[in-house]
Amino acid sequence: MASYSTSEFKSGLKIMLDGDPYNIVENEFVKPGKGQAFSRVRVRNLKTGRTVEKTFKSGDTVEAADVHDTDMQYLYNDGEQWHFMDPASFEQMTADATIVGDTAKWIKDNDICNVTLWNGLPLAVEPPNFVVLKIIETDPGLKGDTSGGGGKPATLETGAVVRVPLFVQGGELIRVDTRTGEYVSRAKE
Amino acid sequence: MIPHWRPSAAPAALRARAVMLAALRDFFARAGVLEVETPIASRCAGSDPALESLVTRWHWGSDAAGQPLYLHTSPEFPMKRLVAAGVGPIYQICKVFRDGERGRLHHPEFSLLEWYRPGWDYQRLMDEVAAVVRVVLGRPDLPAERVTYRGLFREQLGIDPWTVGCAALRTRAGALAIPDAESLDLDRDGWLDLLLTQCLQGQLGRGCLTFLCDYPPSQAALARLRQDAVEVAERFELYFEGVELANGFQELTDAAAQRARLQLDLETRCHQGRATPPIDTAFLAALAAGMPETSGVAVGLDRLLMAVLKVRHIDEVLAFPVERA
Repeated sequence: MASYSTSEFKSGLKIMLDGDPYNIVENEFVKPGKGQAFSRVRVRNLKTGRTVEKTFKSGDTVEAADVHDTDMQYLYNDGEQWHFMDPASFEQMTADATIVGDTAKWIKDNDICNVTLWNGLPLAVEPPNFVVLKIIETDPGLKGDTSGGGGKPATLETGAVVRVPLFVQGGELIRVDTRTGEYVSRAKE
Repeated sequence: MIPHWRPSAAPAALRARAVMLAALRDFFARAGVLEVETPIASRCAGSDPALESLVTRWHWGSDAAGQPLYLHTSPEFPMKRLVAAGVGPIYQICKVFRDGERGRLHHPEFSLLEWYRPGWDYQRLMDEVAAVVRVVLGRPDLPAERVTYRGLFREQLGIDPWTVGCAALRTRAGALAIPDAESLDLDRDGWLDLLLTQCLQGQLGRGCLTFLCDYPPSQAALARLRQDAVEVAERFELYFEGVELANGFQELTDAAAQRARLQLDLETRCHQGRATPPIDTAFLAALAAGMPETSGVAVGLDRLLMAVLKVRHIDEVLAFPVERA
């Protein structure tokens, strides 16, 4: 198994700690002029999302985590599992609710998602940054109100609820930024 | 991809560096200290286990492979040879090189101001260091304080760094919430370095110049030892706003003691499986010939410039950091 020395540490590096895959968020090199060098790092557990700090003596090595990101097409949900397909190899994989998490409320069939694989299996699923979804329910707004002052909640076809301007109506398609969960604009298709 | 061709330092930082260098040269000219140059690349290298030299090769003569030349980690050995030769007070502004160091406060090559004051003790030298730093910072009224290494650890952490053992240091580091302190494999000085850098250093030099002085003998480096209540190394470091800016010594002038220390350094390096560069015998010969009692200090100029400009990362004061060099 590949390993990394502390001098290779940088943000984005994927390492194994206590059996879990971690992403290095921040690495600080600490060294007194005439003394021992250390690496003080902040790492995010890729399974739980929790961030913790770690201290390493310079020259220590850690095991590399076999983690990489790939684009996969979301196929369908069978009630328990979300099914994805590699668009190049047509290989299919499944992920459960703990892995898909909040992403479930943004994706619909055939969307291309960013899937993080650990040892070849899905670890996390990120939706596209922008998705177009249909509004299935919202209060009728006042015609001619374009100010958007405050807006109103709208339920989308995937179950997500976002705030939309008052002029947006049920049945319309809207564009949403999944990173913030905010309405961007009306959409055609 | 277009290579990073632009400097990482802002034009104002490049100008501030020139202003700093001019102010330093003016200070030492007025103080009657002579500017000197010594070799950057030498056949010998420092043996300090905490430092690693960059090495190049010199091709001349019959050996096709050439011979190693070590880029200096500091100009201390040749400058002390000049002091021993009777040149008087001297200073040097030069680039020095340290392998395996890179971070917010570290760069593999950096600018060092080093000077020697024959006949001065390190207490008097600390006063002059404060004067130099005040000039560069443009803060003539900046107060200075002196804190002993032992006093700092006793007051802040309740431990005596002269007597405390590794197990107690490990426990203390864990109690102070240093992540993974329990699992680190360190020697005694390593634990003290960890506590100093993670728990103490950040508070040093807040709004003033803090000289940390009188180190444990195991961290003497090239400083003279003195017998007080305990044996102390006559060494100091300057901290300003939590950052280490300088390291100085009452220089060890005893050739035999110096040779023993270099030998011990080499044994430590050998034990760690690291390169053991040849000992600078010319430096030892200079001490044996009789070097006057001298104090000397090295100031990291990039960090000093960071303090002038109040910037957080060393790249903000470098024209081209190593990744763009």
